[in-house]
Amino acid sequence: MLRFIFLRLLQAIPVILVVITVTFFLVRAAPGGPFDSDKAVMPEVKAALEAQYRLDLPISQQYFAYLGDLAKGDLGPSFKYPGRDVNELISAGLPVTAELGAYALLVALILGGLAGIMAALKPNTAQDYIPMSFAMIGICMPTFLLGPLLVLVFGIYLEWLPVAGWGDIPGDKILPSLTLGAAYAAYIARLGRAGMLEVMSQDYIRTARAKGLPEWRIVVKHALRGGMIPVVAFLGPAFAGLLAGSFVVETIFQIPGLGRFYVQAAFNRDYTMILGTTVFLSTLIILFNLLADILAAWMNPRLRAQLGESK
Amino acid sequence: MTSVENTSAENNVPKNKISDIAMAEQGTSLWKDAWTRLKKNRMALFGLAVLMLFSIIALLTPWIAPYGYEQQNLDLGASPPSAQHWLGTDIFGRDLLTLIMYGGRISLAVGFVATAVALIIGVSYGAIAGYVGGRTDAFMMRMVDILYALPFMIFIILLMVVFGRNLLLLFLAIGMVEWLTMARIMRSQVQALRQQEFVEAAVSLGLGPVAIIRKHLVPNALGPIIVYTTLTIPGVMLLEAFLSFLGLGIQPPQTSWGLLISYGAETMEEFPWLLIFPGLALALTLFSLNFLGDGLRDALDVRSSKD
Repeated sequence: MLRFIFLRLLQAIPVILVVITVTFFLVRAAPGGPFDSDKAVMPEVKAALEAQYRLDLPISQQYFAYLGDLAKGDLGPSFKYPGRDVNELISAGLPVTAELGAYALLVALILGGLAGIMAALKPNTAQDYIPMSFAMIGICMPTFLLGPLLVLVFGIYLEWLPVAGWGDIPGDKILPSLTLGAAYAAYIARLGRAGMLEVMSQDYIRTARAKGLPEWRIVVKHALRGGMIPVVAFLGPAFAGLLAGSFVVETIFQIPGLGRFYVQAAFNRDYTMILGTTVFLSTLIILFNLLADILAAWMNPRLRAQLGESK
Repeated sequence: MTSVENTSAENNVPKNKISDIAMAEQGTSLWKDAWTRLKKNRMALFGLAVLMLFSIIALLTPWIAPYGYEQQNLDLGASPPSAQHWLGTDIFGRDLLTLIMYGGRISLAVGFVATAVALIIGVSYGAIAGYVGGRTDAFMMRMVDILYALPFMIFIILLMVVFGRNLLLLFLAIGMVEWLTMARIMRSQVQALRQQEFVEAAVSLGLGPVAIIRKHLVPNALGPIIVYTTLTIPGVMLLEAFLSFLGLGIQPPQTSWGLLISYGAETMEEFPWLLIFPGLALALTLFSLNFLGDGLRDALDVRSSKD
């Protein structure tokens, strides 16, 4: 198991390096310099600015200097907000986004998990069809459509919940979390149903039944672990999706998180900001994929045995 | 195939014919079987019907749209649905039905074209890896693994920011992401198929690898590929709509459902129909594609090859 983790970690390093390199050169290849604006800037001022951001060096030196900064944990300055750097913006936005993501994931796991288990326990009955129909709606309903619709219904017509903000008014975290989590609840419901259905037809479940265990115990103690493997394997990709979803949700609900900063940086063409955030987010996604893989391997006894043998 | 038959030794001809007949028979029965099963699935048929309808409308839009695409009526402004404008008008007094029809052309085109890009790259790549096998295969699939780990959503945004919003680039960027799973599916299919006797027979008849892949492997692997294609299209359309919603996808004066939804969301308090109708068009299309994909998966009896 340790060997497996170590190997996977080792594989992640070149991937992260590729991401950094590709992003760096892509951003540098962008047409138009960051200080090309409508206003004429004095050549001396421009030169001073370029020296400050190291734009006067040859590109290979810029690249290695950037790598060196990264190694020290410095993601670079922002072009658009003088005096602020990417680290500051990330440390301001990350806690908000992380909280939003955590709530959304909680919504997804609870709603989706319950629906999936319920459906799998009585397949092809109303208890299966109703949650699965909702799951289908959840999959087909994009976040950017669901969000405004929820705002329209619960915020504007019913006036039950606040329509924007984060942590200012009680209850303003409900709609964003629900919006972001809904699609993943739907996926988890479907994956959980399929996984549970497969596990419930296994011999060891029959054995447990034959021993006279109550149904809830069979589900909780015996079936859940195997049945949820597909769900856990899905968590890695889901994390990347949640992050992308947070771009939309934070824009809709005006939440000052990382996603909104990223979209704003993209609009402002704040290249260093984009570069820094891309590197940061990509690394985060890669690490979460890794974590999900390890978790899935740990939960799957067959895979664990295989890993143990190959030592 | 006939040209190959004629060039091979003469005693091969009848053998090949027999295998042709056997294959043809198996082929039709498989597809007929699938069609019979699909016909029983009402949701899938409904999805198919909706998709065909929307595709026909999209193709004919320039001729059947009730108003011109650029026709504005600023005096009218945003008006709710009426007899003249069935779905109402937007803030510039443009007919919403017309906008949705033109937006649908782009949304559907992105879905189909980007998926086709993914299909061509993925199927060829997977077929080569699976057929050649050995080190080449190991190397090629390692590449896919590495690419899988890259956060593509962010890369597509980056591409759009750096090179500007460009429809062609969007097709390419989305297609580049989606081919990975296709390649994996194709490879595992080919690996299973190449052990079979008809491939050995083709090899012994002197057919080259390209011809074998094209004539024998791809047609036999078609089931899972079709299923995954139907499930990729909605993902792609969603991606385009997502980017357009953020303002990083389709650029005005062109429009797409994602862009219309984005405008609709801005003014939904006063003019909710501007959000609801484009949203309905997109959701209905995604529904149809998902139901059709699910139906096809059951009909072709493809084990969940997606994961």
